[in-house]
Amino acid sequence: MPGLRIEGLCISIGDRDVVRAVDLHVAPGACAGLAGGSGSGKSLTALASLGLLPRPARVRAGRILLDGGETVAPDRDRTARVRGSGIAMIFQSPRAALNPVLRVGHQVERVLRRKGRRGDLRQRCVELLGTVGLLEPDQAARLYPHELSGGMCQRVLIAMGIASEPRILIADEPTTALDVTVQADILDLLDDLRARTGMGMLLISHDMSVVAERCESISVMRQGAIVEAGTTRAVIDSPRHPFTAELVRDLTHPPGTGHEAGG
Amino acid sequence: MKPLIEVRGLRKDYRRGGDVLHAVDGVDLALMPGESVGVIGESGSGKSTLARCITRLERPTSGVVFFRGTDVTGLSDRDLRWFRRQVQPVFQDPLTALNPRWTVGRLIAEPLKIHGERGAERRVGEVLRDVGLASELMTRRPRDLSGGERQRVAIARAIVLRPSVLVLDEPTASVDMTVRRALLALLKRLQSEHDLAYLYISHDLRTVGETCSRTIVMCRGRLAEQGPTAAVLNSPRHVYTQILVSAIPRVGGATPRGGRLRARPLPWQGTSPDSGCVFAGRCPRALPECAADPPVVEVTPGHRAACVLAGRR
Repeated sequence: MPGLRIEGLCISIGDRDVVRAVDLHVAPGACAGLAGGSGSGKSLTALASLGLLPRPARVRAGRILLDGGETVAPDRDRTARVRGSGIAMIFQSPRAALNPVLRVGHQVERVLRRKGRRGDLRQRCVELLGTVGLLEPDQAARLYPHELSGGMCQRVLIAMGIASEPRILIADEPTTALDVTVQADILDLLDDLRARTGMGMLLISHDMSVVAERCESISVMRQGAIVEAGTTRAVIDSPRHPFTAELVRDLTHPPGTGHEAGG
Repeated sequence: MKPLIEVRGLRKDYRRGGDVLHAVDGVDLALMPGESVGVIGESGSGKSTLARCITRLERPTSGVVFFRGTDVTGLSDRDLRWFRRQVQPVFQDPLTALNPRWTVGRLIAEPLKIHGERGAERRVGEVLRDVGLASELMTRRPRDLSGGERQRVAIARAIVLRPSVLVLDEPTASVDMTVRRALLALLKRLQSEHDLAYLYISHDLRTVGETCSRTIVMCRGRLAEQGPTAAVLNSPRHVYTQILVSAIPRVGGATPRGGRLRARPLPWQGTSPDSGCVFAGRCPRALPECAADPPVVEVTPGHRAACVLAGRR
């Protein structure tokens, strides 16, 4: 089965299961959404797919498969290969995810080098920065993170994420720290990259409106378990679980109409 | 009815090296008793500076802020005491706004102590109930609370002196959607129970749409558009507002892909033009006449936009 498949994933901390029997599928070229509140286990699920679970959390049961092969194996080299070329991830706080004392071009080149790219890394880096929509990418490469806006930092991280041409990109709250206009631009960019490269994307957000706009399918997570999953239309139009109903309330009518006059 | 707060020609400049940044650049607004006015715009548009000038956390460079008809712009800190009781700020991130070493009880009692109120203990208990927090939380410290509870403590601190205005700067930006809804419901209830006026600053247009009867749109320190919220969000007339509105996520990608109205990106160092429309440099529909200061077009009564295209359709 191509794409990313998570089957019966249980993550425990001590003897408590914090993620319970999670099933997810991201097909190549598709965008799957994972929605839920903070502490619902969304990020732990994502981190587990990359073998990046913070101690003392551990995968207690279940399997995570990438194109049919297990992603996280006991052997560390294999896990490292999966990260990047198999699955890449971008995070919520772009500025915090970049090294503040290195020029951004240098950081993109480091990713390329680690993935075994040879030849003119600078040229490839500038190409990538152009691909993610930075103006004058050759100049942008010479800047430090603090000289870039949050949206630009996120573009640099996306460039690093796609540098090794991953088959799956996990975007964990990629726009939560950004302005609404910048958010739309970044989500457009991710849509674009997906259409161009055929990579699958798992979009994680607490904001149901973002997930509902961009994803073909939605899984709703709450207290470590998936409480509802289906196509976006089905989940939005006829939510089965009360928690989902709460999340999608107000989404179907445009903003500015929810206000009663005088209130 | 007279406005509680009236702002005329407000300006705040920040100097860095030889450059002057006009963070707020000639803003007029009025806030009526019990009313909610939303302030929207991208980050860097001057929303927070406007809030800080109105709450007198910053002294404006020029312009006047009236509270119930009294000019509070030039008042000293001591003379501002009565004003501070009436106009209270609530900030985005309660974790940095609340002293981490203090208990909830002490945090909420502090304003009472500063203003020499008696019976603090009873009032703290009352306010705690009012914002929907259990009295057991009284002895906790901010880090032991959830994000939603922390923001409730910040709101409790703001209302404990029974003010008439809250200036809320992105009050729900640091919490997730379900908590946001609960906080908005709380703010709505407090508003009707205590007849509070809100100046509600947010980049989340959906929240503003649900909360505010009037909305002001800021762009690089200026007022781009203002009017009844439904008019501003449903038929925006300034190109900048149209771009903001088209960026709101819609179920199933209602905006055709690639068809969304977008601002032109600016090169690294954007300089502010001395005259003309401040948005012209990024405007996808800019015309030669945008080099002159834009006319303020009144589209319908109270709905005004500072854009040459506002009168055309």
